[in-house]
Amino acid sequence: MYAASDLKKNLRIKIDNEPYILTEFNFVKPGKGQALYRCKLKNMISGAQFERTFRSVDVFEPADLQEKKMQYLYEQDGKYCFMDNESYEQILLTAEQVGDARNYLIENIEAEVLLFEDRPLGVTIANFMDLVVTKADPWAKGDSVSGNTKPVTVETGYVLQVPPFIEEGEKIRVDTRTGEYLTRVKD
Amino acid sequence: MVDSWSLAKKQRALELRARILQELRNFFIARGYLEIETPCLIPAPAPEFHIDTMVCHGWFLHPSPELCMKRLLAAGYDKIFQICRCFRQHERGARHLPEFTMLEWYRRDADYRELMEECEDLILHLAAALDHGNAICYQGQIIHLQKPWERITVHAAFEKYAALSVEEALVGDCFDEGLTARVEPNLGKEQPTFLYDYPLALGSLARAKKEDASVVERFELYMAGMELANAFTELTDAEEQRRRFVKEEDKRRRAGKPPYPVPEPFLESLQGLEESAGIALGLDRLVMIFADVLHIDDVVAFPPETL
Repeated sequence: MYAASDLKKNLRIKIDNEPYILTEFNFVKPGKGQALYRCKLKNMISGAQFERTFRSVDVFEPADLQEKKMQYLYEQDGKYCFMDNESYEQILLTAEQVGDARNYLIENIEAEVLLFEDRPLGVTIANFMDLVVTKADPWAKGDSVSGNTKPVTVETGYVLQVPPFIEEGEKIRVDTRTGEYLTRVKD
Repeated sequence: MVDSWSLAKKQRALELRARILQELRNFFIARGYLEIETPCLIPAPAPEFHIDTMVCHGWFLHPSPELCMKRLLAAGYDKIFQICRCFRQHERGARHLPEFTMLEWYRRDADYRELMEECEDLILHLAAALDHGNAICYQGQIIHLQKPWERITVHAAFEKYAALSVEEALVGDCFDEGLTARVEPNLGKEQPTFLYDYPLALGSLARAKKEDASVVERFELYMAGMELANAFTELTDAEEQRRRFVKEEDKRRRAGKPPYPVPEPFLESLQGLEESAGIALGLDRLVMIFADVLHIDDVVAFPPETL
């Protein structure tokens, strides 16, 4: 069981035999008042969302979900094809099921597909992905103030903020959990 | 490499934080306040049901320096302030850190109304020193700082924004939910707001109001829906304070929380305390307002998860 203090974004809990994921999590506590956990929950099957505020005495049942190692093959007409590494069986996921992971999907990478009673619900990929920058404005020399950023596009089409010295053709490491730039990668 | 990038991004906020600290000291010293340091590690914190302390070698990391500060007041120190680290277990969110920085100041011969005025002067001093003039822009919203700021009682605010009375909220056990979801987001929007006169049960160290004993002389300062400071006209009746501590401690123990010893030296010192008022302001949140950021992590170098 989880306590309210275990709640965090992306935690999966079971309510009325259905899996829910916390899509938003806010800890709020009025001065001298009690801790409140204001959450947005999403039903992982129907996609239905609702808001609920929990108290520190509330407890939660973990959702019993299965994660299977699969290989990402290709995207076609908005569907994403994954192959089971053991049975070689292929399944198609919708863009919604793939979620933010589609920002980092390059062919043949390994992914963990989340299943609830054999129904695909979502995809998790490695925490860090190295991606090639395909579009970037040139570095204006003299713009060396630490903390400045500029937008670049990477090979998957994803756009993110990076330090100004990053140039087209370079490889950068991205944290797939936050979507943020981490460091430049030298091959 | 990863570390230097995430820390470099914070440089402006950390520079601003340092300036604010400096200006706070300038403000209080110019007004004749003495800067005080009291121990973080104490044998007996004030029992408050909703504040969980951290235990360290059988003592406690203080959740606020209030007990020691009030002992100094009682001993005749007229105007004192402290900027220190405070510790509260399980408090972590966009506006909460389990270890955070508190600014507390205390005055003899003053009540909470005078502290409201001093809050106005303090924020105006900071705004001027940081070249903001009489207004601050926070998340695209202009907050005007001309005095006097909005003052609204807890009762009036519940009627106005939550469409239920404080009594109904207390009986229905939904005061905190109503306050955070319906009232707070409306406070301090166009100018800062003082929310004042709390139900008696919600001010363990505050004096009851003379004209209406069902409320205590306590206020909270809000800017942009965010609670910045909590203040009281201090309770100076030692016997009443002991009764409230016993009641609160009893509630804590019934809920299975670890027992606290009674802070006897503090209770004893209250006998020498005349009318006074004190206030605690969350420094990190104050920096958030001036830095125009939504997350407390953006104004500290090292949130706990990065250590």
